Amino acid sequence: MTAVVVAWILLIAIAAYACGGGVDYGAGFWDLLAGGAERGRRPRWLIDHAMAPVWEVNNVWLIFVLVLMWTGFPVFFQTVFTALWLPLALAAVGMVLRGAGFALRKPTKRLAQRRIYGAVFAISSLVTPFFFGTVVGGVASGRVAPGTTASADVWANTTSILTGLLAVAATALLGAVFLTADARRFGADDLVGYFRLRAWIGCAMVVAVGVIGLSVTDPHTSYVHHGLTHGPGLFLVIAAAVALAVTAGLLAGPAAGYARYSSVAVVALSVAAWGVAQRPYLVPTSLTVQQGAGASAPLQWMIIVAAVALVLIGPAVVLLYRLDTHGVLEPLTDEDVTE
Amino acid sequence: MNAAAALLADSTPGQLLPAREMMAFTLASHIMLVPFGVALPFVTLVMHYRGMRKNDPVALLLARRWSAVMAVQFAIGIVTGTVLSFEFGLLWPGMMGRWGDVFGLGFGVEAWAFFLEAILIAIYLYGWRRLKPRTHFWLGVPLPLAALMGAFGIIAANSWMNTPQGFTLGADGNPVDVTVRQAVFTPMFGPEYWHFVVAMFLTAGYVVAGVYAVGWLRGRRDRYHRLGFTVPFTVAAILTPLQFFLGDNIARQVFQKQPIKFAATELVWNTGTHVPEYLFGRLQEDGTVKGGLKFPQLDSILAGFSPDTQVTGLSSVPAADRPTATQATIAHWAFDIMATIGSVLILLALWYAWCWWRRRDLPASRWFFRSAAVAGVASVITVECGWITTEVGRQPWIVYQNMRVSEAVTPTAAASLWTMFGIVAAVYVLIFGAFLTVLLKMRTRWRLAGSGAAAASVDPPETDTPYGPRAEHAAAAPGAGGAPGSES
Ligand code: HDD
Ligand code: HEM
Ligand code: HEM
Repeated sequence: MTAVVVAWILLIAIAAYACGGGVDYGAGFWDLLAGGAERGRRPRWLIDHAMAPVWEVNNVWLIFVLVLMWTGFPVFFQTVFTALWLPLALAAVGMVLRGAGFALRKPTKRLAQRRIYGAVFAISSLVTPFFFGTVVGGVASGRVAPGTTASADVWANTTSILTGLLAVAATALLGAVFLTADARRFGADDLVGYFRLRAWIGCAMVVAVGVIGLSVTDPHTSYVHHGLTHGPGLFLVIAAAVALAVTAGLLAGPAAGYARYSSVAVVALSVAAWGVAQRPYLVPTSLTVQQGAGASAPLQWMIIVAAVALVLIGPAVVLLYRLDTHGVLEPLTDEDVTE
Repeated sequence: MNAAAALLADSTPGQLLPAREMMAFTLASHIMLVPFGVALPFVTLVMHYRGMRKNDPVALLLARRWSAVMAVQFAIGIVTGTVLSFEFGLLWPGMMGRWGDVFGLGFGVEAWAFFLEAILIAIYLYGWRRLKPRTHFWLGVPLPLAALMGAFGIIAANSWMNTPQGFTLGADGNPVDVTVRQAVFTPMFGPEYWHFVVAMFLTAGYVVAGVYAVGWLRGRRDRYHRLGFTVPFTVAAILTPLQFFLGDNIARQVFQKQPIKFAATELVWNTGTHVPEYLFGRLQEDGTVKGGLKFPQLDSILAGFSPDTQVTGLSSVPAADRPTATQATIAHWAFDIMATIGSVLILLALWYAWCWWRRRDLPASRWFFRSAAVAGVASVITVECGWITTEVGRQPWIVYQNMRVSEAVTPTAAASLWTMFGIVAAVYVLIFGAFLTVLLKMRTRWRLAGSGAAAASVDPPETDTPYGPRAEHAAAAPGAGGAPGSES
């Protein structure tokens, strides 16, 4: 029972990282495609402003995922990090480059250097979610089992690659949707249309990869594939598809701000569909939630800690996002730090 | 120890060396930022408070500038920390698979604490301009508490590795019956936590003060430098003698709870009484000590206040269960360097206290400021040495007397690990280099601005600064007219 609750918390944390982190990675994705220094100046300006106060917070979801994995399901953690060594290592490097690139670009003044940091930030924004996606795909594909050692086959297969691409597409969608709303918020009307178009492109990418993904069946993946095309899994997939359609529709209208919620729903529902589809397995079809669960006392404490933390952190998160969306948070300018 | 494990211990897998080197390198890098993550918010808030209460623009300026530094430092701390979390899986899956549930809870607390910290720091750093001054300050006040909670989690995990408990071993060698309270509050937890926390505040204080000491030496003796020096230096100077006592205490705890580690850090070969203390010196394979200063009986006296105190020696356990002679020497040197620097810092703190007591003023001597400038670097070195003592002294165990490092290491091929290590090292060198460059640039800009030079002359014409106030209206944003980004 406890194990199942923790497994759900883990899935929620993954969904939260996919959404929170996804928005950030997506912003980086569009930064990459924004063109040369002159052409891309305005979109990049918006991207920087929109991301600045919240990316660290979004990153913490990833830490949660890791901690929940090794405390709640130690063998699962061991299995995943052994079998999927390379994509995880590359994702880690990508994440470092991305965070550092973003943080360093800001206080740097010279254009040439800003370009380098910016390029590092943008490229790793593309690479990192791709590798995280392949890891999810690797787990879902059923090629991983306790004791599997690292090999290319585990993650460089059709399912993994498609999941990697889906992750990139999802981040592109999230990023563009949020930037559309941000553009309006900051009064940059010219950028509203700019990012709206890109949000639609993101929708199309998600649809394309999703349809290909569901139609290409790999014999290894049959368990998860069955779960996604039947029962509650199918229901969640359909719900995600509906949310996607709603997102595309909302973008066209005056209430584009609400597209943020529906786009988050697309991603969260997709993650949920994956989780539901591979029930009761952590690693289909070799390790169930019950088999992988760690000792029960720490699991119970994990839930208690999470509950206490929610009480402490819930209000703080709400405050942060509120202050941020109301434009109260803004970086120090040069005038603030000179006399 | 069952036969299989003993066999495992004998064969040193090839991955072990790169895995260790990489862990050591990334930890040592991360830990350089930790004092600032833990203590810079506190030092900044002290300055901020002063600025608010006395309505002192200089203090507020300092607080704002430290915030600007914190923004960059915090980001680098986060990415290097996240790498560590990955490395637990990438390098030591064996440890996590068997023990993750036993000692993971500390990390659970840590993760939530970081979450709170990340939120609060975002509000603090970005709240300077628009929040009401009081609200802004009070929203920052929980920051040091969140940092202390984060340190709690990490140190709980590390002290568990040093003195593991809170479980019984099942038939298959896996832990069962986990008692959470015991697994979190292990015997080494208390001593480690307080020694660590004080080290963080002390280090942050000396480093920040060191920056202004350099300015002072170069002749910038205005109130700005005076204040920037005095506040952090006072914090650090008060903590220095306290840290000496905590260090003495933790050493005695190690003597009691990790006797083999103590033997390594003190180069004790044979168990006995009247054990001499070596300052530096190198342990040889045959148990003799080459070089170093020998103080007869002193080690026994320090460990138990009497020359009759019995100290366990390295030779009391089989060679496979203790650090090698080289590892013992490394731990010993690290320990001695830490204790030496700790003692010298006390002299510096006394000097400062003396002048303050007699004249209510900073010491006039240039040598004082030279030493103060060095104290920052020295305390960072001390922190590194402390961790080397802890970690190398624990060898060959990753979980003291329960799991060897060689049992925990990943099966991934050594070549992959070396490659990854190479990439990570290169990336870190670049990042830390860039980080320092950015800090130095900031300093130069501020100095020129402070000395009255027009800000414009600092920045080359190619500069674009899209980071002005967040524009309410696009008109204030760069390039608004041309709108080059809009669809055409
Ligand atoms: C500015 C920092 C600083 C200063 C001045 C000192 N230490 Fe320290 N020491 C640390 C910073 C530190 C540390 C980096 O924070 C460590 C690493 C692990 C820990 O908990 O704290 C540490 C660990 C550490 C350990 C190892 C604990 C273990 O293996 O579990 C011992 C025995 C000491 N210290 C003893 C001392 C003594 C006798 C000092 C005499 C002055 C001293 N320290 C000063
Ligand atoms: C193996 C050991 C360690 C691991 C796995 C680790 C993990 C992490 C992680 C994952 C982060 C980023 C958190 C985030 O995203 O917000 C981080 C940052 C941080 N770590 Fe570490 N850490 C280790 C060692 C330490 C130690 C010994 C301390 C001392 C308390 C420490 C203190 C911090 C602090 C204060 C931060 C916040 C970032 C900053 O302020 O610079 N870490 N660490
Ligand atoms: C942050 C400051 C720390 C530093 C500078 C540090 C330093 C080191 C060093 C030098 C090694 C290599 C030992 C050897 O190869 O002989 C090591 C190993 C290791 N440390 Fe630490 N350590 C720190 C804190 C921690 C913490 C807080 C944890 C876990 C909670 C931890 C977990 C490990 C692990 C898993 C290894 C690898 C196994 C081993 O070689 O013992 N370290 N560390």
